[in-house]
Amino acid sequence: MNHYDWVREGWAYRDVYYLFAWRDTKLRYKQTILGVIWAILQPFLTMVLFTVVFGRIVGVPTDGIPYPVFYYAALLPWMYFSSTVGQSGLSLVSNARLITKVYFPRSALPVAPALSGLVDLGIGTLILIAMMAYYGLHPTWKLLLWPILVFMLASLSCTVGMVLAALNVRYRDVKHAVPFLLQLWLFATPIVYPANIIPAHLRPLAYLNPLTGIVSAFRSVSVPNQDIDWPSLCISTLIIMVFLVVSIAYFSKAEETLSDII
Amino acid sequence: MHSPVITIEQLSKRYKLGQLGGPTMLREALVNVFRRPLRRPLKPDQFLWALRDVSFDVPAGEILGVIGRNGSGKSTLLKILSKITRPTSGMTRVTGRVASLLEVGTGFHEELTGRENIYLSGTILGMAKKRIDAKLEEIIAFAGIEQFIDTPIKRYSSGMTMRLGFSVAAHLEAEILLVDEVLAVGDGEFQRKCLQTMSEIRGVGRTVLFVSHNLAAVENLCTRAIWLDNGLLRGNGRPKEIIREYMSTFGDARAGEVALDHVLTRRGSGEVRFSRIEFLTMDRRRTQAIASGDGLVIRLRYNARCRIERPVFGLEIYTNLGTLVTQIHTYNSGVDVHPIGPGDGYVDVELPDLNLAPGRYYVSLYLTSLGYVFYDVVDHCAIFDVDPSCRYGLNRALKGDAIMCLPCNWVISDHPV
Repeated sequence: MNHYDWVREGWAYRDVYYLFAWRDTKLRYKQTILGVIWAILQPFLTMVLFTVVFGRIVGVPTDGIPYPVFYYAALLPWMYFSSTVGQSGLSLVSNARLITKVYFPRSALPVAPALSGLVDLGIGTLILIAMMAYYGLHPTWKLLLWPILVFMLASLSCTVGMVLAALNVRYRDVKHAVPFLLQLWLFATPIVYPANIIPAHLRPLAYLNPLTGIVSAFRSVSVPNQDIDWPSLCISTLIIMVFLVVSIAYFSKAEETLSDII
Repeated sequence: MHSPVITIEQLSKRYKLGQLGGPTMLREALVNVFRRPLRRPLKPDQFLWALRDVSFDVPAGEILGVIGRNGSGKSTLLKILSKITRPTSGMTRVTGRVASLLEVGTGFHEELTGRENIYLSGTILGMAKKRIDAKLEEIIAFAGIEQFIDTPIKRYSSGMTMRLGFSVAAHLEAEILLVDEVLAVGDGEFQRKCLQTMSEIRGVGRTVLFVSHNLAAVENLCTRAIWLDNGLLRGNGRPKEIIREYMSTFGDARAGEVALDHVLTRRGSGEVRFSRIEFLTMDRRRTQAIASGDGLVIRLRYNARCRIERPVFGLEIYTNLGTLVTQIHTYNSGVDVHPIGPGDGYVDVELPDLNLAPGRYYVSLYLTSLGYVFYDVVDHCAIFDVDPSCRYGLNRALKGDAIMCLPCNWVISDHPV
């Protein structure tokens, strides 16, 4: 099956993608005391923690952006990315039974967390807007970029999640490596620090991390007086496109033997 | 004759055994990169052919039964047709929408309600959301769970869950249905409902591939049967003939005993295994000829590797068309077997009045615990023939397909009423 057919088949089965996303969302908020409040609480408390530790104690420079906005605007995309990749990575193994009992495009399983995560991201965005209002940061035209950034972020999460999910079926120790990988990634991305303090000789390396451009852009979009780092965002876009092609190629190959080895 | 909706040509599927052809840990895979020169090539005997050169057609509207022992390739065939796994070589062509029912309640999640699960399972099995909306009430009514439809299914009894799962399956609008062993589970009522729905399908003109160990169901429902044996197609024709041919491959009739140590097609955990089955007369002499109404003793010899606290011995008797005649086990007979093993031993089942009609019968054995642990299950492992006897007057004109001889008295009135 070539890439074109692969994508077309996915489209024909779009109900299944939507369905798994719906199931994951339902399950997440069933039988929890606080329900949807978790979606608000988790990034918010992390933001408070970062503000206290990296803001007040370490004193990270933010170019005048209030610490809560500085951290919250970066934590939203990061938490979406890390929870999506974490869930996607396990999605095939944890649905092994289903895979051996019925056919549907296997990519529906790793892609679904990226869709259901959008609910949390949406709720988080409303909180961010409230915070911007509180700190008197007026929304600018840059806010129009928000949906595009979310789309880029979701695409990136899907590609990483799909590859990890397929690897996890083949090699069962991948799941132990994922949390460590995410931790490294957190510090390799300008989340606790702003992108402009990265030393010049390390900057090309930082640009190779597609999250660098996205997370910085999320931050720039939220405050009026900071310009978007276009070169960085363009590099991220290119890298995400490469990731998409590679991950679809790898996944569609791995898919063929999935039900035999799972 | 209808044109075929399923065409299968020289289909083969090979599985790699053991290490699945490579390391299963990333760690090992990385180490292997450095050791590559030392890696041994895969030996040819590390492969298993689940299917080999199987070819057949299924015309539209046919109900095709697929029979064969465990591991004969039946499930692999269904998995290839439903695109779950890919063939190693050969070709399949399927015309029309396919729904595969390899289990009841595909995709059910127990935290979700009955209603939510209908959408979940229906969509995964290939139904559009609009169609589910339209059929929702019908599905709920068919399952008979109206009151519980908004309760999470983890609170359902297993029977209710199964009814719901089957109800979703019964409302799929596929032209081709692939059904695997669905009927092997559930209570009698549920099985009856499934069979009824299956026979209704026959009228609708859908094509069905039906894999089952329930040979009676295959005989009654299917318009044709194929028989797979070790991945090869051994028979293809009228269900009755194929089933007879298939059944005739089990065991050796009239030997009076069958050694079971080397039977490979068995299931169970193996702490204790049947080693031999013997057919004896009531005074414990080996017998080869059993007549209707005679006494029969079936001796089950076993070998236990460890002590088994509360074993349950059971046996099933089937006709040569696979209809279950009786199921006898120590639990339903109210017998508490004292702990057995380790070592060899035997139990005898006395059947003082074997009122089976003349014909050929098959015996399946099982050894379980009360807690649903299956130690050993050996299907159709022995055969015995029942001869006509004078006692029931069966040496007179007989009709072939009866199963039982009920003891009876005729009272003939001399006087016209």
